[in-house]
Amino acid sequence: MCGDGGTEGVRESEAPMTHAARPVPASAAPAAPAAGASTLARLARYTLIKTVALFLTVVVGVYLTILIANMGGHVDEIRRGQIQEQVSALLTTPQFQALAKEVRDQRIAELVRLQEERLGLNQPFLLRSVAYLGDALTLNLGRAENMTSDTGSRQVRLIILERLPSTLLLFATANLANFFLSLLLGLSLSRQYGSWLDKAIIALSPTSAAPGWFFGIFLILIFAALLGVLPFGGMVAAPPPESPVLYGLSLAEHLALPVAALILSTLFGAVYAYRTFFLIYSSEDYVEMARAKGLTAQQIEQRYILRPTLPTILTNFALTLITVWQGAIILETVFNWPGLGRLFFRAIGLYDTPVIVGSTVLYAYLLALTVFILDFIYALVDPRVRIGGEGRPA
Amino acid sequence: MNTLRRAWRDLAQYPSAVAGLAIIAALVGLSLYTLITIPYAEAIRLWRGGEDVWYENPKNAQPVWTNWLPGPDQPETRVLKSADGTAVKTSRVVSGTTDIAITFAFDYTADGFPQELAVYFTSRFAAKQPYVSLTWHTPDGRAIRLGDFSIRPSQTYRLSQDEKLTRRLHGLPAERGLFAAPAEAGAERAALTPLTGRYELRVSGLTFEADSDLDAEFVLYGQVHGLAGTDHRRRDLMVALLWGTPIALAFGLLAALGTTVITVIIAAVGAWFGGWVDGLIQRLTEVNLILPFLPILIMVGTLYNRSLWLMLGVSILLSIFGGAIKGYRAIFLQVKEAPYLEAARTYGAGSGRIIFLYLIPRIVPILIPQLVSVIPTFVFLEASLAVLGLGDPVLPTWGKLIDDARANGALFQGQYYWVLEPSALLMLTGLAFAMVGFALDRVFNPKLRGL
Repeated sequence: MCGDGGTEGVRESEAPMTHAARPVPASAAPAAPAAGASTLARLARYTLIKTVALFLTVVVGVYLTILIANMGGHVDEIRRGQIQEQVSALLTTPQFQALAKEVRDQRIAELVRLQEERLGLNQPFLLRSVAYLGDALTLNLGRAENMTSDTGSRQVRLIILERLPSTLLLFATANLANFFLSLLLGLSLSRQYGSWLDKAIIALSPTSAAPGWFFGIFLILIFAALLGVLPFGGMVAAPPPESPVLYGLSLAEHLALPVAALILSTLFGAVYAYRTFFLIYSSEDYVEMARAKGLTAQQIEQRYILRPTLPTILTNFALTLITVWQGAIILETVFNWPGLGRLFFRAIGLYDTPVIVGSTVLYAYLLALTVFILDFIYALVDPRVRIGGEGRPA
Repeated sequence: MNTLRRAWRDLAQYPSAVAGLAIIAALVGLSLYTLITIPYAEAIRLWRGGEDVWYENPKNAQPVWTNWLPGPDQPETRVLKSADGTAVKTSRVVSGTTDIAITFAFDYTADGFPQELAVYFTSRFAAKQPYVSLTWHTPDGRAIRLGDFSIRPSQTYRLSQDEKLTRRLHGLPAERGLFAAPAEAGAERAALTPLTGRYELRVSGLTFEADSDLDAEFVLYGQVHGLAGTDHRRRDLMVALLWGTPIALAFGLLAALGTTVITVIIAAVGAWFGGWVDGLIQRLTEVNLILPFLPILIMVGTLYNRSLWLMLGVSILLSIFGGAIKGYRAIFLQVKEAPYLEAARTYGAGSGRIIFLYLIPRIVPILIPQLVSVIPTFVFLEASLAVLGLGDPVLPTWGKLIDDARANGALFQGQYYWVLEPSALLMLTGLAFAMVGFALDRVFNPKLRGL
């Protein structure tokens, strides 16, 4: 769910997918019909409350990230030390050595003070953390401390934007392929349940316990090291081909292994979950009823199986989209893919707080937005969930 | 109790569950064996040890079982010591000086050349250093002079790095030149094959003091070593493979248990008390959803401490307010309305009693499969952290092996065993728990039975 090769599973177990294999909680179905006139007012109130609640959630989440990313103020000490060191290193020239000791010390103190002022280190951390929070929430991401974009800019926005396309390319390809493949395969397996293909998928589904990077290593071993048909990593060949066609081919070649790794690590488990999910729904009484009425298999599937399962499917799709944004730190590391995950990892290694906070804020906003939109879509597709009703089935 | 016994009987009907349980039992057995044979302190000493601990091992050697596969056989490491009788040592006093002759004799049968050759000398003297000269005798009767020098109390002579010797061997390094059949010595290097038979390395030493003594150890570094092979620091991978087992199991079990149990308690408390308690728990869950899990773990690892147990604590902390709370809460809300709870309330049961004796036991059938299925994710989480270079600083684990292998280009250089061994164990562990959890899910979930 947090979209990471390594922890995908940890959160996956909490994702609706697990839910999928279980009966939908009964609390999700308080079907009190709303009075027509007050619906609009209620909707407005609900929207407001929901927005405020989600915004507060984002604030708390981002503030916690700021605190952690600054080690509760400890990073400041590290940075002060770095400034001292830089300034001292700067002033080892012979002219400077010739100065009197007092003048020299004064000069150093002055330079350190200026530098600290520039970085805002002269203010207490608590005050600054609130300022950071304000900046982060208004998406005023500021300037990176140590990192630069490939074009040389220090703007966090540019640094993140630069990495975004490669992450989007990899994860959009893999996750969309995964989502549709598992949905379609799951649906078709639920129709031919008990076949050899069904049994094979069931037998393979425990392999989804391993994260993407794990399969990545095996794929590299087989296709890059042993067979030598695909590259070990990276995004395009070096130097990048001139013609757009060759560039695209090189991209596809580099994309093949990471996408395959991502698909391998989730597909079988997801197919199994969908298949079981659909099977549970197709044994409901109303489906039996529809069969007795003599509806065609297609009609039953569309009206009586897909319709009630739509909320869960939509949740999964939305979560799929979220993971697209975040990239995966380890998979990108293993494949040397220049995406957001690797950016994040490098930022942490360099104590570059603005970049860490910037990526987290972006993610938090996207997640909150998704949750918000989901709430309304639920109401549209699932008549059992009334807006303002108790509990969301997610 | 009866339910559990029935569950057990049902479980035995799934071949995958039986296989999974067998694997888990084997892993537990392996862990116990490891903990008994290599105590914690010893494991750390071995794994943190440098050349002093591992000097008798070759670098990056393949495991021995690669010789069982078809193809040329590679030599194993040979260690011969004058001190423990694996080499013949004779001494003779001649007018104040002592002649010491040490002969290292061994049979060489492999199809490949060794990796390296070295002689480790130790000597005892007061003022005058002993003097040695070394000669090499091949099976076909040639004698090759290696070198002569005086030695310090402890000295290493690496034949493979002796450039004078290399020149004498027509530019071939010692580990090839000393073994190659003579007719081919100048020929195509790729086609060189070693001469099989009995080789001898003769060390003749002179000591110049009465109680002066000299000992030598000859190490022929092979291309294969042990059942697991060795890494770039000559360490036997077996240590990490063995020790990785209890660590992986402990990390996975503790994290899964901690997360599941605490999550259920929190969900039950929220559902039972309702009101602001419930609201707070719900909001915390939503905040937690926005916090990026792995990045925070990485931050903690980079900025604070990389200890495995800290990582375990943080993983649990970040997972307890996970989405699972919502599912449990929904079930508890349903159970809360059950008549038996009303009865409990009327007889005056306290909240604690109701939560722990009436609410939580109801959810155990759902909990057990979930607990088992979540173990592999935590086992892999430990490996994931290690691959990012955030593995525990002292403990040898499977993930750290993969990380070492990757960092040293094992895949590029064909040292596949280095990646495959820990990966296979990881996969085995993950699969075992996943298969058992899978079967448990069906046993405890009547809706899934028969599907």
